[in-house]
Amino acid sequence: MRPFDYARPADVDEALSLVGDTPGARFLGGGTNLVDLLRRGVETADLLVDVSRLPLDEIEEAADGGLRVGAGVRNSDLAHHPLVRRRYPVLSRALLSGASGQLRAMATVGGNLHQRTRCPYFTDLDAPCNKRDRGAGCAARHGASRGLAVLGTSERCAATHPSDLAVALVALDARIELASRDGVREVSADGFHVLPGETPDIETVARRDELVTAVVLPSPPPGRGDYRKVRDRASYAFALVSVAAVLDVVDGDVASVRLGLGGVGTVPWRAHRAEAHLTGSPLSDERVAEAVALELADARTTPDNAFKVELARRTAVATLRRLATPSDSTAGAIA
Amino acid sequence: MPAPPPARPVTLTVNGRRTTASLEPRTSLLDALREQAGLTGTKKGCDQGACGACTVLVDGRRVLGCLTLAMQAEGCHVVTIEGVGPHHPLQDAVVHHDGLQCGFCTPGQVCSALGMLAEHRAGAPSLVTEDLAADAVPLTSAEIRERMSGNLCRCGAHNGLVAAVREVAESGSAR
Repeated sequence: MRPFDYARPADVDEALSLVGDTPGARFLGGGTNLVDLLRRGVETADLLVDVSRLPLDEIEEAADGGLRVGAGVRNSDLAHHPLVRRRYPVLSRALLSGASGQLRAMATVGGNLHQRTRCPYFTDLDAPCNKRDRGAGCAARHGASRGLAVLGTSERCAATHPSDLAVALVALDARIELASRDGVREVSADGFHVLPGETPDIETVARRDELVTAVVLPSPPPGRGDYRKVRDRASYAFALVSVAAVLDVVDGDVASVRLGLGGVGTVPWRAHRAEAHLTGSPLSDERVAEAVALELADARTTPDNAFKVELARRTAVATLRRLATPSDSTAGAIA
Repeated sequence: MPAPPPARPVTLTVNGRRTTASLEPRTSLLDALREQAGLTGTKKGCDQGACGACTVLVDGRRVLGCLTLAMQAEGCHVVTIEGVGPHHPLQDAVVHHDGLQCGFCTPGQVCSALGMLAEHRAGAPSLVTEDLAADAVPLTSAEIRERMSGNLCRCGAHNGLVAAVREVAESGSAR
């Protein structure tokens, strides 16, 4: 592993100064992704600024009925929090579906949003990868493409965004708080990750010297929420397709629905088109299938990943059908 | 390549004992435990966060030693398998239920299970928990399998491990 230095600042301001002053500095959260990528030589750093023990580990109720989640909160602590389990079951289940118990106990909320793709060519230093090395080319498109995204792709990159947490956050209209020496700003979770376009190495709107300090959840949307993840094995694997959903049915019609898709996009995918198609009409499997077809109308597939279009349809149908069945206790009611 | 930043003294509290070693910042907690502290019970399997063999407890949480920098654990209480045994009820149960064959994953399995049982006692749900809002979750075999999925066993001793964890959880002797 290429050597680097390590610093553990006493407060957020010191962390922002250290990274702001040092061109090769990176923030270090739980390290579950960054330490691995540093060891493999996929990422490099001259200095790691450890923010995992800063006082960013609070979960606080906000005046609007929402929650403010410090970026240093561990994934397991957020998933296990009583208010998250009761009010945001889609978020709790998304977190619980990710990685393993050990990794969830280490990984921070802020770090999760910065995790890199698991496209195998990204971590293969012998293969060209535009995400790792801008302009180098892409070995994935004509290689092992089964895991690639089908939405939001470009000629340069079709790497799938791996986060489960982020899929729930886009569905919940969460906001991401970013701090730097220049001040604090908020961006929507939906706008935090950027499409690969010509520059797949740029994955978020956060500058290198900006630290995610909090995730702000607005008050829970009405209805029932759930997260369903389909993968090659029952646990401890990345999604082939996942669906984050919050559904509110009033008098037989969909009053509101939130849909996020994982495993299919180069970014955590908010299914706005599908939501619009479902809102105001009675819910049926056929209607959900139409909605997903609209959302995936622009899908670009390879023979190896075309199955994701059908799998997304089936997963969305199954998830919404279950949410629409009040007697089914397996989906959490939102208090 | 730039010169490595110099090694510097790092003090860890491992199994209740303070030890100080001169470490480079890139040294993992796993390597510090094995090569500096001489505690080779914690195993290096994949060294990339996939197998769970290096699981140790840091301030009571189960973490992967390979993806934790030793400096990140400075000032924390680290418990390795040497601090658990040699005859913790869970270890005896693993032996009794044939929850091992080659034994390479066993230290990580035991540390992970102890961390998992603490999470469960604190009321943590898992992905297979039906009612997320429930205060207490029955620790069924399905729950144990989901919660222990971060520990791989290439000998395939999972059934024995599940039985051992379940027995200890039901007897309440894992604390």
